Amino acid sequence: MTDVLLEFKDLGKNFGGVRALDGFDMQVKRGEIIGLIGPNGSGKTTSFNLMTGIYAPSQGEVHFDGADITGMSARKVYEAGIARTFQRSRLCLPLSIYDNIMIGNHARLNTGLWFNLFQRRALREQIEEFYTQARDLVAGFSTDLADRMFEPVGSLPMIERRRIEICRALISEPKLLLLDEPSAGMTHDETAQMMDDILAVRERMGDLSIIIIEHEMGVIERLCDQCVVLSYGRKICEGSYAHIAADSEVQSAYLGMD
Amino acid sequence: MQNKTNSDVRWMGMPALAVGLIVIVAIALFGWQFLLAESELAVLGMVALAAMAGVTLGKTGLQASMSAAMRGHARSMNIAILLALVSVIFLLGQEHFPLLMLTTTLLYMTVAFGLNVQFGLTGMVNFAGASFFGVGAYTAAVLTNHGAVPPLLILVAGGVLSALIGCLLIVPVVRTAGHYSAVVTIAFSVMFKTFLEVNDVLGGPQGLMVGPMKTFGWDFNSSPVFLGLEMSFYVNYALLGAGLAALAFMFVQRLERSWIGLTLDSVRLDETASACFGLNVVRAKVLAFTFGNVLVGVAGALYGMMISFIAPNSFSFSDSLLMVAIVLLGGMGSLWGTALAAVIVVILPEKLQIIQEYRFLLFSVVVILVLLFRPEGLIPRKVRSYFPNWRPE
Repeated sequence: MTDVLLEFKDLGKNFGGVRALDGFDMQVKRGEIIGLIGPNGSGKTTSFNLMTGIYAPSQGEVHFDGADITGMSARKVYEAGIARTFQRSRLCLPLSIYDNIMIGNHARLNTGLWFNLFQRRALREQIEEFYTQARDLVAGFSTDLADRMFEPVGSLPMIERRRIEICRALISEPKLLLLDEPSAGMTHDETAQMMDDILAVRERMGDLSIIIIEHEMGVIERLCDQCVVLSYGRKICEGSYAHIAADSEVQSAYLGMD
Repeated sequence: MQNKTNSDVRWMGMPALAVGLIVIVAIALFGWQFLLAESELAVLGMVALAAMAGVTLGKTGLQASMSAAMRGHARSMNIAILLALVSVIFLLGQEHFPLLMLTTTLLYMTVAFGLNVQFGLTGMVNFAGASFFGVGAYTAAVLTNHGAVPPLLILVAGGVLSALIGCLLIVPVVRTAGHYSAVVTIAFSVMFKTFLEVNDVLGGPQGLMVGPMKTFGWDFNSSPVFLGLEMSFYVNYALLGAGLAALAFMFVQRLERSWIGLTLDSVRLDETASACFGLNVVRAKVLAFTFGNVLVGVAGALYGMMISFIAPNSFSFSDSLLMVAIVLLGGMGSLWGTALAAVIVVILPEKLQIIQEYRFLLFSVVVILVLLFRPEGLIPRKVRSYFPNWRPE
């Protein structure tokens, strides 16, 4: 087993004439937290969408856990062990916390018609078994939330929704977790709480690799082992936070040329 | 979420189950008298009474008692409702027309349960409900006229054929997100009627005779005798219709309270996110559409046998719209809401002949009002509880 979990080779994506991502090379090691940063429209979310099978890449390859997953469907990628959260929260608001987390657990749910309609006792056992798992997972973030498993997600504040979203991604025990702007729409205090949550997750699941897209540099500084900076679809810099913060090209990408 | 246990919810000192049973009896008696009411004044009075009762139900805490009874004593309440329905059928005994209305309502209810799986749970609008209903009815016509298929199997055949045609229609568009199912079903609805009108084998515009339902040597078109009284033959169909609606209710409820129901909800709410968590969106959509169409087709086959004569005009696009209106009015994904809305949409225009001509106008107004003021329908769907009153500890 190699140390490298995920590798991009010359990854690129065109939307018509626009090169959203161009010749992107990147490696993620097991257990590593990578920060993916760059100005708006630099290709961060696009690279997430290429990894998770929402878009097919125009060029290049994605290797994950020893296998080539380039152009695989979203479902196959999820089954291979990549789970994600979305930039704009994509929870099912009318559904309960439990239901939302179970959507993330879909690979383990028995969705056979006969099983669901007629084997209600076996179904009940499965529902109760997963309930215990989901509750434990949520309790790791907030015990208060764990007591409200059957309330609709729409009634919760942003920070709790984000936690549910992370739980939904974690319940399937992925090898790689993709967080797309986890601090979006949160207050300063909530962002601090969220960082504690992510560090706690890492504590519990040592092997889990995480890629975070984030604009809040405080978050990147505190959480990430390595940073990758994108600008106009190209990688312009990578290394530790201190290294990229000192890089003049990164500074000009963010602040403009003087 | 529920601080009170069910036995705590009392209304005027009565436990929930007692309140629930009293309400069921009251509704049954009201329904019986309403179906018999002749003059428009009496009907209007009863509608006003029902509307007032509905409002007070919410205001006096009676509703809390009712829903507590439905949660805590689901089985007893369901059996009580079915018994009340059967009693009303026997009380109506010799009245042909009210029984026909009641049976039609029950069959429309079955259809609406099916559409609810497609529309309410999965978010696929089916604007060809009446056409698939017609597929069931025409299947029954052809099979009763030619060959000796056991009529109970004909019901199944109606459902299967409706599901098959539905699959042919929906599989090509199911990969596209958005409202393509609506467009395709509208087209099918219009073409289906034209197809029937020019097809001589299926009777053309004049339509076809349908043979009666027969099971175990019992002809449903002969009058049953009960306690020495000769009853309307519609009693047979009403009882079978009640059984069918109850079965459809049970299946759809079980489907909703299962992993499949969760999958369908997820597909409706966010297809992209669903796919990211490994849901097979295509399978979910095809399953929901097929499941719904089976119920629509079976109801159609029984409807054909009951009215014994079918013509293309009975399965027009406007009837499909009525069926969709039932789901919207009752509440997306809400079974009790759908049942209530089916009663309102089918029976009211029959009872108020003045409405008859304006009924589409009236229903559009009602649907708009409901969407404005009660967007979740008459009886909004609750957060999923996989088993009645189930909260694990």
